[in-house]
Amino acid sequence: MTSTTLPDRQFHASLSGVTRIYPGAAGQQPVHALGPVDLDLRRGEFFAVVGPSGCGKTTLLEVLAGLQPATAGTVIFEGRPIANEVPEGIGVVFQEDASFAWLTVWDNAAFGLRRSGVSEAEVCRQVDDALSFMGLKDFTRAYPAQLSGGMRQRVCIARTLVLQPRFILLDEPFGALDAQTRLLMGDEVLRLWRRTDATVLLITHALDEATMLSDRIGAMSARPGRFLDIVETGWPRERDSTIVGEAQFGEITGRLWDTLRGESLKSVGTG
Amino acid sequence: MSRVGWIRLAVIGTAIGLLEISCRLGLIDHRVVIAPSEMVDALVQLLISGQANDQIARTFGIVTAAVLISIVLGFALGVVIHALPRLREALDPFFATYYAVPIFIFYPVMIAIFGLSAIPILLMGVATALVAMIIGTLNGLDRIPRILTKVARVHQMGKLSTALRLKLPAAAPHLFTGVKLAVSYSFIAVIASEFILAPAGLGRIISDAYTDFDNRRMYALMLLLIVVATLVNMTLHTLDQRWAARRGLVKSWS
Repeated sequence: MTSTTLPDRQFHASLSGVTRIYPGAAGQQPVHALGPVDLDLRRGEFFAVVGPSGCGKTTLLEVLAGLQPATAGTVIFEGRPIANEVPEGIGVVFQEDASFAWLTVWDNAAFGLRRSGVSEAEVCRQVDDALSFMGLKDFTRAYPAQLSGGMRQRVCIARTLVLQPRFILLDEPFGALDAQTRLLMGDEVLRLWRRTDATVLLITHALDEATMLSDRIGAMSARPGRFLDIVETGWPRERDSTIVGEAQFGEITGRLWDTLRGESLKSVGTG
Repeated sequence: MSRVGWIRLAVIGTAIGLLEISCRLGLIDHRVVIAPSEMVDALVQLLISGQANDQIARTFGIVTAAVLISIVLGFALGVVIHALPRLREALDPFFATYYAVPIFIFYPVMIAIFGLSAIPILLMGVATALVAMIIGTLNGLDRIPRILTKVARVHQMGKLSTALRLKLPAAAPHLFTGVKLAVSYSFIAVIASEFILAPAGLGRIISDAYTDFDNRRMYALMLLLIVVATLVNMTLHTLDQRWAARRGLVKSWS
């Protein structure tokens, strides 16, 4: 566990001096939500962002995904700047239930592929594969309303997975799930990450989840969010939720909490 | 059929049976109400004779036109009003009180303007159903999850594709509620308008039969209206229930 000095290698995505200020509504001050933030994400790494509520974690993700523009600074993905448009190769799984209630599980998963003009045989192959991988092959004809919250989130992950994104952004995807289900979903995300070789950025408020899943963890300050510390976990790539029992797990989580405690107090107005 | 369905059927069957017995035993004056079996017989005879076919076609044609116009126009106006929040704020009180106003008082005005023809009846059908469709559209558009817009952007979907493939299906249950109400309101408005004053139509010939003390004809036509209205509404309700079940939306009437 060390503070990182990034090695000189090709970065998959980079943020340089990124700031996001939301214009104020009538009669209100603008809200400085994020930055300036600098961050370089290595190709194929699993990076988690933790921070107090309202610190701009989701804003960071949306700027990085091209879902909203940076007020200042540059965002680079695969060598090209992102300008308020989601580039090809990026997949996002949101915190909210984003499954399509009117489609079956199978059709949900096939949605993106069908739009991309892939042959129906290839759609079938990839969707069956993704649903099997996500443990949903027995629910292909079910509708999202007939599934639990965790299963609906898996449907959304499958819908992202079939498009074979090279960069997967996860915005607190397990926020609404119970602790046990979150651990199991964490294992599934790790399996997904190993299989796709994608770069993953996970936004979470759960320090244990970030510690368990990530190669590196960025701890953010209270609003406006900036990185206070970036922790390298040193976990092997072949890992799962059983690492929560290791001493190093507690050390990393403790270090994160030491960094974030004061910021969390600020965010709830008692710091 | 579900247990509730059987109970529903039993209630209807019992009511019809009691009416039949009461009429046959003379407990209800034959000049007031005829037995249900006689109503069915009269309806069958009327349909076989073809005497009322033109009137039936005319009325159902006007209802169909009123429903279609209400749905298309109501949806379009709903989309426009939804896109203009200040206009919506200004119109909301009118929508909230629209059905508290007896808009039938405008029927004579319509006749004065357009003459005694199908047009005033069609306009009454549209006027009665339109606001239900506008309100259904507004409700549907309000309830489109905002997350779908982000999902659309991640999938690089354009505005039209987002509207047709994500927003419209997401709003569909509420739009369908508007459609159901539009069908019912149009039906009621058209028949009522014909009953009050019209050159032809089912409402008009029911009124004529009533004036002529022709009970067999009057009840036959009333039965036809009840059967058609019930079948249409049951079909819409069944579709609604099926879609609601898929989406996990619980409806109180099953």
